Amino acid sequence: MNKPELPQEKIATTPLWEVFIRTRNGLAHKHAGSIHAADAELALQSARDVYTRRGEGNSIWVVSSSSIIASDPQEHEEFFDPADDKIYRHPTFYDIPDEVGHM
Amino acid sequence: MGTISQNDALFEYLIRLADDHFILGHRLSELCGHAPMLEEDLALSNIALDMIGQARVLYQYAGEVEGKGRDEDGLAFLRKEHEYHNLMLVERPNADFAHTIVRQLFFSLYAETLWQALAVSNDHRLAQIAAKAHKESIYHVRHAAEWLIRLGDGTAESAARAKNAVVTMAPHIGEMFECDEYTTLLSEAGIIVDPSELEAAWRESINPIFAEAAIDVALLDVVPLTGARQGEHTEAMGHILAELQYIQRTYPGCQW
Repeated sequence: MNKPELPQEKIATTPLWEVFIRTRNGLAHKHAGSIHAADAELALQSARDVYTRRGEGNSIWVVSSSSIIASDPQEHEEFFDPADDKIYRHPTFYDIPDEVGHM
Repeated sequence: MGTISQNDALFEYLIRLADDHFILGHRLSELCGHAPMLEEDLALSNIALDMIGQARVLYQYAGEVEGKGRDEDGLAFLRKEHEYHNLMLVERPNADFAHTIVRQLFFSLYAETLWQALAVSNDHRLAQIAAKAHKESIYHVRHAAEWLIRLGDGTAESAARAKNAVVTMAPHIGEMFECDEYTTLLSEAGIIVDPSELEAAWRESINPIFAEAAIDVALLDVVPLTGARQGEHTEAMGHILAELQYIQRTYPGCQW
């Protein structure tokens, strides 16, 4: 079936939202994916309909994708490489008494 | 008409309610893979599944009340057109998205009010079914209402389509609140609420939604169509049943 083609500016007006789901009380909300929706209320409903159909969670956050400030992949070297040789930041140099058990 | 037993009345009432949910669930399922966007495709399919699930437990109970050995499939798939007593509202074609949404809002507002009332029915089985269905119907109302507000208060095109859909569906409001000897008998026994008592709450709920959607509520005041509960249908029903019943008619007793 031929569908009329939407003009490009109309496609672009449905914003993108990031969806975060908390699977259980006490856990953090985790990124589940993204959806398109015209506004916040519809984004929340769409997130519910798309991502919690199989009992995946008990709380949803939606965040406008444009509100997320992301690190620049071009700046990867100065951002992340300096942490590579700081092994003393890992708590691996302590002797843990046997009585403490598993940590 | 001779005297009707409470059992006959309960069977008739359960069938009406089951048919409403079955036919509307089917209508919504037609949109699976065809909704305007992926998010809405899933939303409408979710609602379709809720409604078919509700129909299923109602048919099961109806079959037991009738006591003639008909199961849910027998009731859902093997009756003739005039034996389906659903609202004509739920048969209306999906047409455009506005029609789908207005039809859903009208029905879900009715269902939400009805399930809430039936949750305190003297009939424990019906009360249990209602309590579960009520939760589902609250979300159905929310979904349809939010969309209607955006369509009515959106672009000139969406507003015109929303209004057009309201005009199409308005004659089907009255049938939701019709009473007859079956409903009177059951409401006097405390099993159901008299359908006419639901109308005020329905109108009270729709007024603020229409106000936000900038749609004139006066559009709802039209002469209602009648006859649905006696087995009358729009021309759409035969086409729906042809598709719904094909497998069971062609391969009787087929299961998967």
